Amino acid sequence: MIKVEGLTKRYARNVAVKNISFEVGKGEIVGFLGKNGAGKTTTMRVLTCFLPPTAGKASVAGFDVLEQPLDVKRNIGYLPETPPVYPEMEVAEYLEFVAKLKNMPKGDIAKRIDEVCERAALGDVKHKIIGKLSKGYRQRVGIAQAIIHNPPVLILDEPTSGLDPEQQLHVRELVASLSGDHTIILSTHILSEVEASCSNVIIINNGEIIASDSVANLHKRGKSTETVSIEVAGGDAVAVRQRLEEVRGVARVLSRDAREGLLAFEVEGLEGEKDMLRPDLARAIVQSGWNLTELKTIGDSLEEIFLDLTRAESGAKATTTEGESAAQ
Amino acid sequence: MRNILTICSKEIKSYFVSPIAYLLMGLFGLIFGYFFYSASAYFVMAGMRAQMQGGGGPMSVNEYVIAPLFGNASVVGLFLIPLISMRLFAEEKRSGTIELLMTSPIKDWEIVLGKWMGAVFMYMCVLLMAAANVALLFIWGNPDWRPVLTGFLGLLLQGATVLSIGTFISTLTKNQIIAGAATFSICLLLWVLSWVSSYNEAGWAQVIAYCSILTHFEPFSKGIIDTKDVVFYLSAIFLGLFLTTRSLESMRWRA
Repeated sequence: MIKVEGLTKRYARNVAVKNISFEVGKGEIVGFLGKNGAGKTTTMRVLTCFLPPTAGKASVAGFDVLEQPLDVKRNIGYLPETPPVYPEMEVAEYLEFVAKLKNMPKGDIAKRIDEVCERAALGDVKHKIIGKLSKGYRQRVGIAQAIIHNPPVLILDEPTSGLDPEQQLHVRELVASLSGDHTIILSTHILSEVEASCSNVIIINNGEIIASDSVANLHKRGKSTETVSIEVAGGDAVAVRQRLEEVRGVARVLSRDAREGLLAFEVEGLEGEKDMLRPDLARAIVQSGWNLTELKTIGDSLEEIFLDLTRAESGAKATTTEGESAAQ
Repeated sequence: MRNILTICSKEIKSYFVSPIAYLLMGLFGLIFGYFFYSASAYFVMAGMRAQMQGGGGPMSVNEYVIAPLFGNASVVGLFLIPLISMRLFAEEKRSGTIELLMTSPIKDWEIVLGKWMGAVFMYMCVLLMAAANVALLFIWGNPDWRPVLTGFLGLLLQGATVLSIGTFISTLTKNQIIAGAATFSICLLLWVLSWVSSYNEAGWAQVIAYCSILTHFEPFSKGIIDTKDVVFYLSAIFLGLFLTTRSLESMRWRA
């Protein structure tokens, strides 16, 4: 559905995107992950024909962004970083305007506005002035305008930025509900979002792709050791610690602040002992007659992988030019 | 065509949901009303004096009231037009909605034409205030209607020309104030260009004076439609809109 080959975008003084290539298949949801200024927005702007590439090729739904921009635009729904809404318009009026811009047949528009409003949970604000809506609603209006013409490809630039946790959840659910019939690229710097809604991840740093893989594979790339956080109630700190150290596969035990009779520890496992560490720890505690109140793996999330990757990359290329700082 | 109308009607709506439309119409109505009052009061006084001295034939309302009024209106128009055109693109650039327009399946020139037409419509509404005044003359007098029509045609052409320049300037900045001020300066310059020919007969002075927007308006206010002037306005409009389209395109490349 989306194909990018050797794409480079150079602004006056700096290179925002360097020779990146990737492909997104039909129906996939791809998370575009990177720090601010990594080149996410630039890549999306090239795909939506807002900016032309300096070098390389990009095509959407089989149409080239330079050769057939109108066809590309027809196939894309785009939510820029700030939702492109007119504050003086009513929600329904605005959606009608966008529908006309996207060349929707006149007869379908009214029905489609109703559908989209329902989907984006905008029913109760349909006839309110956009300027008076909260940020969360405005963001949803932005998503509604992106899907109004039912495009096969959706490009969402940080759809959850600036929203409160509940709104974020709602937007994530909305995106997930769209996944069936749309190919979606969404950019974000929130990693849990990628884990929650994307099938594939492209990690971009300083304008270069440093990883492009499925979420599951990225997890496997993680460290081969495991760190576990444990909370135990009803025991003596020294005794518990000693007992933990005796468990097979434990490399190190660190005490953390205890509170209200709960003892907290961080246990680092030995390499290669990943699978049995937690069950063994749990058994050890319980068999000693203490209460196990919490046991969870820490780290090894996408977050760590992401930080590892970007750090390694920045370390190796400390002298390369800055990213997108002057891009706006 | 449908795209152009979509953009155009959106522009017109946004003029009328904000105070801009009413402010401009009110201001123009006030200023033009004052001119109208003083022109007709002067006409009445001059007419009375001519009668008392017993000389002279009937005085022409067209010549003494309407023609000078059009002259005034065209100057006032030059001052108000930057206020109409300044927001056209500057506002979209600032709020980021330009990204919506430029990623929709619609050509750049359609955006430009739609916006410019919206602005011209707004300007026509402003001119309605003048028409309301002039209509009074038809109720209580019997002026020739033909120079009135050409006068309004001239005002419209002149306004459309300045609007096309203003639209172009509006694409150059995110800041409405800058767009407005720059357009205003250029309007002023285009107005006073004609002065150079009054003290200089050289060829270059004539060329510069020819570019003055106001010299081309005068024949219209007298009831003359000269092809030369129509061509001047139409080609200036074309140039303005062409530059606007180019500027919009270059936004992508300059970014």
